[in-house]
Amino acid sequence: MTTAPYQRGVAAPDPHPWRMRGRRAFVDRLATVAVYLAFVIALVPLVAVVWYTVGRGMARFGSNFLTHSMAGVGPLDRNGGAYHAILGTVEQVLLASAISVPLGLLASIYLNEYGGHKMTTIVRLLVDVMTGIPSIVAGLFVFAFWVLALHKGFSGFAGAMALAVLMLPVVVRTSEEMLRLVPDAFREAAYALGIPKWRTILSIVLPTASTGITTGVMLAVARVTGETAPLLLTVFGSQYINGNPFRGAQSGLPLLIFQQASSAYPAAIDRAWAAAFTLILIVVALYVGARLLTRRDALNRR
Amino acid sequence: MAKRIEVIGLSCFYGQHQAVADVSMMIEPKTVTALIGPSGCGKSTFLRSLNRLHEVVPGARIEGRVLLDDHNIYGTDVDPVMLRRSVGMVFQRPNPFPTMSIFDNVAAGLRLAGQKSKDLTDVVERALVGAHLWDEVKDRLKKPAIALSGGQQQRLCIARAIAVEPEVLLMDEPCSALDPISTLAIEDLMAELKDRYTIVIVTHNMQQASRVSEMTGFFTLAAAGQPGTLVEFDATSKVFSTPTHKRTEDYITGRVG
Repeated sequence: MTTAPYQRGVAAPDPHPWRMRGRRAFVDRLATVAVYLAFVIALVPLVAVVWYTVGRGMARFGSNFLTHSMAGVGPLDRNGGAYHAILGTVEQVLLASAISVPLGLLASIYLNEYGGHKMTTIVRLLVDVMTGIPSIVAGLFVFAFWVLALHKGFSGFAGAMALAVLMLPVVVRTSEEMLRLVPDAFREAAYALGIPKWRTILSIVLPTASTGITTGVMLAVARVTGETAPLLLTVFGSQYINGNPFRGAQSGLPLLIFQQASSAYPAAIDRAWAAAFTLILIVVALYVGARLLTRRDALNRR
Repeated sequence: MAKRIEVIGLSCFYGQHQAVADVSMMIEPKTVTALIGPSGCGKSTFLRSLNRLHEVVPGARIEGRVLLDDHNIYGTDVDPVMLRRSVGMVFQRPNPFPTMSIFDNVAAGLRLAGQKSKDLTDVVERALVGAHLWDEVKDRLKKPAIALSGGQQQRLCIARAIAVEPEVLLMDEPCSALDPISTLAIEDLMAELKDRYTIVIVTHNMQQASRVSEMTGFFTLAAAGQPGTLVEFDATSKVFSTPTHKRTEDYITGRVG
């Protein structure tokens, strides 16, 4: 092929005829920059919170902090720890999960696998309303009903009930979504083998959705682990170790953070940061643990 | 073992919509019966009514009778769960259970249908041999079923279906998602399975229908939204050489959809 002479009015042959150029190239670059920028902006608060909490928390965090309670510790003392609060938080969250996870899972199974149109609409509406309950209201409800009216007094269990009220709608809605993602083909394959419906749900549908359900449960747990307001009214808080969640006031990490951070003294402020750091660690550990638990099966077989 | 299916005046509905109207046919034991016809003509719905899977869809119902060896499967004394153990099904898309291993998939029917867990090794091996899959998977029975290829998955689904030893095997376009080699493997398999089972297969592939079946039923619908009807039901050789109805001829010669 001979090279044509460049003529007036005829554009020079472009060596890259498919290159993006002009307005489109500009908009493309702009959008790319905007997306990356948005990502960085979204990361800033996350990184800042973790960074700051770790930095301030390390001043007091350590084995001494994890193994001692606040019994007999004054605001000016440098010692004292979060053992009683960790114990309380773990017990309260476990109890709350023990109440809300089976209940929520059963509700989601009903909604997705059994319910008629009318009933599911009502249940879904109620669950959505429940999602909007402010945490202090859940605390007030348990306070009025359990602590006062039934004379049960403050306890870790009372707090667990308030937390369960907050967890329940999250568990129901996420589990329902995850169950809906399981293709009907698997249900029909099971029915065609003569497997009863309950067995199909238990052995085919739930295992298929288990990873998503676990994530939903963990989100719910993470949400309530840091709740403070309902615990003030139900668990009350304590400086002493109380291993029995069914009797007497307990502590909890959010309560400890709240109490210590309200103090004017640097030693107490340090304890609050260390407790906050502990709280983050617990949530991360729970999350990672749950993910490993659900993935172990799949990995073993691969 | 293999059972005769007699369908008398069967109509299938999805809510107000009628998908199949007044179908009657006699399906003999130990034969392969092919159902052909354009999309949406109710072949699959008809097939799903033979193991009462049709009614799993909300609002779905049927009229008429389906007799399995003279016993009405829609009788009030029939438990659809028990019925489906006698009438197995293979679906269009391979659908092995994703959380289970190859072995567990084949054993699923027996294990989850309430039978006490005796040793299932022999049953699983027999089913996999029967589905021509044993040699390919015998060394990796504990591996997840979804790691298999599409054709292998479909043969796994056939193994899963025959492991519960049904009397009838329904196949809903079992090869339409597979390549020609896998299709051939499954067609060979069908020729073997019909010694023990009554097989009903829905297919869009007319060569397949003429290759594998003794009897052929042609379904069609008058217009979109109209229920599908059975136009012709006869020996496969007759349907494909000298069909009685003009519409059957038009369809199998490719003149009209």
